[in-house]
Amino acid sequence: MLFELDEEKTLFRNSVRDFAEQEIRPKVEEMWESGEFPYDIIEKMADMGLMGIPWPEEYGGSGGDELAFAIAVEEIARVDGSCAITLEAHTCLGSAPIYHFGTEEQKREWLVPLAQGKALGAFGLTEPEAGSDAGNTKTNARLEKGQWVINGTKCFITNAGTDISAGVTITVVTGTREDGKKEISNIYVPKGTPGYNIAPKYKKMGWHASDTRELHFDECRVPEGNLIGKRGEGFRQFLKCLDGGRIAIAALAVGTAQGCLEESIRYAKERVQFGQPIGKFQAIQFKLADMATNIELARTFTYKAAALRDAGKPHTKEASMAKLFASEMCMQAAVQAVQIFGGYGYMEEYAVSRFFRDAKILEIGEGTSEVQRLVISRELGL
Amino acid sequence: MNMVVCVKRVPDTAESEVHIDASGKDIDKSKLSFGINEADNYAVEEAIQIKERLGGTVNVISVGGKDSDEQIRMALAKGGDEAIRIEDPAMAGSDGFAIAKALAAAIKGMEFDIVFTGALADDDGSAVVGVALAELLGVNHAAYVKKVEILEDGKKIKVGRELEGGLMEFLEMELPAVLTIQTGINEPRYASFKGIKQAAKKEIAIKSLSDLGLDASEVGEAGSWAVLEKFTPPVVGEMAEILTGEPEETAAKLAAILKEKGLV
Repeated sequence: MLFELDEEKTLFRNSVRDFAEQEIRPKVEEMWESGEFPYDIIEKMADMGLMGIPWPEEYGGSGGDELAFAIAVEEIARVDGSCAITLEAHTCLGSAPIYHFGTEEQKREWLVPLAQGKALGAFGLTEPEAGSDAGNTKTNARLEKGQWVINGTKCFITNAGTDISAGVTITVVTGTREDGKKEISNIYVPKGTPGYNIAPKYKKMGWHASDTRELHFDECRVPEGNLIGKRGEGFRQFLKCLDGGRIAIAALAVGTAQGCLEESIRYAKERVQFGQPIGKFQAIQFKLADMATNIELARTFTYKAAALRDAGKPHTKEASMAKLFASEMCMQAAVQAVQIFGGYGYMEEYAVSRFFRDAKILEIGEGTSEVQRLVISRELGL
Repeated sequence: MNMVVCVKRVPDTAESEVHIDASGKDIDKSKLSFGINEADNYAVEEAIQIKERLGGTVNVISVGGKDSDEQIRMALAKGGDEAIRIEDPAMAGSDGFAIAKALAAAIKGMEFDIVFTGALADDDGSAVVGVALAELLGVNHAAYVKKVEILEDGKKIKVGRELEGGLMEFLEMELPAVLTIQTGINEPRYASFKGIKQAAKKEIAIKSLSDLGLDASEVGEAGSWAVLEKFTPPVVGEMAEILTGEPEETAAKLAAILKEKGLV
């Protein structure tokens, strides 16, 4: 059992790395400062086929798989978190529900432009009173004369408010189940639908250039046919998509941590204190050795989770483990990277200070560390 | 347009520490990453853009071991059609002239309009292969090309050569020709996953010297005009002045020198 990428994946990694180095790196500081959405970079990512990696070519995708996608997210995160999360949310949250559960017609109409990168996809799950507790979803839709009439609020939604955002798939309460619990369904709402209002961008701790907003639905009407899959299957659908999303967030964490490591090694070789580069001191060496070890473990396991998903095998536990371990090791790597940089690490113009701020959300988004531990515990039969 | 592009796999030394290896004739490459020679990447893009505009084929050639397949496959993934890799133990120690002989042997049987190479290799920096190849093939050439225009009949081209100080020299020449391409001539694309998948199905023909009808004595050190003796780190020459002392002192000395020479 040799844990090596095949030639195809290796070439793809190198190609995405080149892209990130040449096209993204020169713009990272400017994106951080201005917080402006990187339309030019996303357009180039689309040209390269990165916006539809796992989807079949007949739907405008690249015909790749989850592993190829994870590698792309990792390589972009190694340079910039905002671009990486834009790609991740677009694919795993915005496009995946339509690909996995949409009708042929929905795929033709909505998935193709997303996979081609002509439009950006988004998914709305979190609400002011429903995050980890998705069962407490308040946004509701009632069927009236062949239309869903939607009311409610979604928060922390990625990719919904850009000029190229196509629309958002949201979880809504569509009634009450026989067991008395809420019936949750997923409905697609195109941008520009009357009653669908998009708030200004949040000011975030990190990921400055990614688009994150609150969405308001006020008597918003969409055709009955905008229901994704079957009524009442909203939970099952987003759990399946979240398994993929968690693997991708793990990859994003591996890439961010790799960025921390490379910056730190370079700095440790240059920075001289007490007459020698600080990389000659064991105190620094051991931090770097731990970072490198944790990154390697997280990467290997993330690829395993992706390979399981590609093979169509159960992977809920592995996806949660990968996300939990990778995001927590990434936060630690960022903490240590700033420590190695000392005072400079606290200055915004140093990449590690940005990685530090970007890293924290990885322990929160797409299931907090606590939720991951719950999922893993349940998988253990507890 | 039938085109050939020659590519070379080179170590990336831009941000790495470089050490001379035990043989004294090479650098230690064990910890370096490798990629396509930068100018060759532009050459590949130029050929593919011409193919996209006018049709034709792009044949990729490289001299090197199996590792070079990575650079060849990447060129195929971007739109190259066929590939040849020349591999033979006797190639070791070849200079640019000997490399050009092997490439010429592989290319001469083909029907080609343009052969592209990079203007300069990132590792040895000789800038020899392209022009030597043109002589061996007996065709026209232009070096440091930064603009290529195919003239209407497709039998002639107009090329812009980059000269010192940003000047461009324009020439017209008849095809076939060898063009050595300068970086910046275009915007090289990035291989997509789709392209990489398609490239996996394309064959890379491996050719030995005997396949090419060459004798071992024509390449390697025996067939080279230049033989590498040894690498040494740069020595501090008489012209160099090393400033010593505390940073405040050295900065003041440096400022004084720059002012004295009228440079600031």
